[in-house]
Amino acid sequence: MIAARTLPRLFAGATNHPLSLQAHEEMFEPVGPVASLIDELEASGLVGRGGAAFPTIRKVQLLRAQRGHKYVVVNGMEGEPAAHKDNRLLSNNPHLVLDGAEMLAQMIGASRIAICVARDIPAVVHHVERAIHERARRNLRGPGIDLHTPPWRFVAGEESALVHWLDDNESLPQYRPHRPHILRIGRGPALVDNAETVANVGLIGRYGAPWFRALGTPEHPGSVIVSVTGAVTRPNVLEVNLGTPLRAILATAGADPAPQAVLLGGYGGAWLRGDQIDTPFSNEALAPLDLSVGAGIIAVLPRRACGIAEAHRVVRWMAHESARQCGPCAFGLPALAEDLVTVLRGGRDGVSAIARLSDRCGVIEGRGACRHPDGVVRFVRSSIEVFGADIDDHLRGAPCAGSRDKQRFLTVPALEHEEELIWE
Amino acid sequence: MGVIRRNAMFVLQVNPILCDGFGHCAELAPELVHLDEWGYPIIGREPTPMADIGAYQSARYAERGCPRQALHVAKIPGAAPVSSLPPIPRPVSRGRRPL
Repeated sequence: MIAARTLPRLFAGATNHPLSLQAHEEMFEPVGPVASLIDELEASGLVGRGGAAFPTIRKVQLLRAQRGHKYVVVNGMEGEPAAHKDNRLLSNNPHLVLDGAEMLAQMIGASRIAICVARDIPAVVHHVERAIHERARRNLRGPGIDLHTPPWRFVAGEESALVHWLDDNESLPQYRPHRPHILRIGRGPALVDNAETVANVGLIGRYGAPWFRALGTPEHPGSVIVSVTGAVTRPNVLEVNLGTPLRAILATAGADPAPQAVLLGGYGGAWLRGDQIDTPFSNEALAPLDLSVGAGIIAVLPRRACGIAEAHRVVRWMAHESARQCGPCAFGLPALAEDLVTVLRGGRDGVSAIARLSDRCGVIEGRGACRHPDGVVRFVRSSIEVFGADIDDHLRGAPCAGSRDKQRFLTVPALEHEEELIWE
Repeated sequence: MGVIRRNAMFVLQVNPILCDGFGHCAELAPELVHLDEWGYPIIGREPTPMADIGAYQSARYAERGCPRQALHVAKIPGAAPVSSLPPIPRPVSRGRRPL
């Protein structure tokens, strides 16, 4: 039993190697018969940790009302290049995630569980595989657990793309005109939840809702795993209490105490200005600033960096990662990247590029099958707003100091040739 | 049954995955569809009243004329018209309705 107000919760007992089933049960006590999982989950107020912060109980209730051969899909794809939380969670304690998945399966009456981990990180795949074998050897009853390893792409972790992969071996998002939309594998409805959300379900099912609510804020309870990257001396994956001031989280990772800006919510997220880092890290406090916790990514940009140069690299990569299914995304995102280059070069073309950028943002928004283009638009808008001073420098023909420096702070994977992109 | 409720609405929806930017919809329903700079349709999300028969007909034309079958006219049933008259009793159907 872990005391209610202590951290770490999800990372309890973490060492260099994953917890075995026996060590896991000594740490967290075995799962007994639970009286009312649904009521506990509802009372806990758990929201999804994958980025959208959708209440988990609403998904569960939606799936409970469905009939057929149901699936629980655990999304450990970790599309964001700056995030490492699902990988860290699955390699520290895969059994906690599997416990949560079994509880969710019990709640909705699912007959199969699919754990999805990107094949590009073989170590994590191996840890999960071993955990599944350990359970099979103990002959635990319950739904069958399968491991699936789609290729790693940014949009492959999007829930409809993931279900599409499970259904048809193609990691491409699906068109969903009516919300809420029930994703299906074959004809069976699928409940898709992020690995961290599922691990939290595993804790709520053991210790109950009041224990879970002992940390966090009333609207956004519990703890969250954040990946701190960028201009920090100790890039790290931390489990923090929701509502902790951002400054304290940055200090733990050894970040610059006066950053220029902090990127929250990943590459589809937005920037927080450096003078606002005393804001508590929870959706309640960030919502008035049009920000959200998202998938728990905190990327720090120091004063000496050029925000627009960083934004251009990110947007170019995001454009490259588009599934190229929808025209506005396939053509619009490269156009945004082009405009950002023009702004970087400055001069009169740069002035018109800024105007064109905001027009194109309005045109692209909301016209894709998934939220990928919307995320990029959000990121571009926020970059224009936050790095106004950098833009002015570039437009005046005096590029800011950061753009002359070759050092870049946001992690962006190398671009591949288009013919090498693997979607299946 | 061919009766257009006074406050029923419709929306023209495009499946962006199917759409390949042929642009036929902008020709067939110019009052509803604009093309962006890459030739893909921009369609307003606000429902149009069914009473605007011209717009509804062009939406239907666009739906049928799309070479990729990417358009769909979604009807949003309005509330029944406020009327003091009692509802007309429907004939009791016996099995399948004659065509």
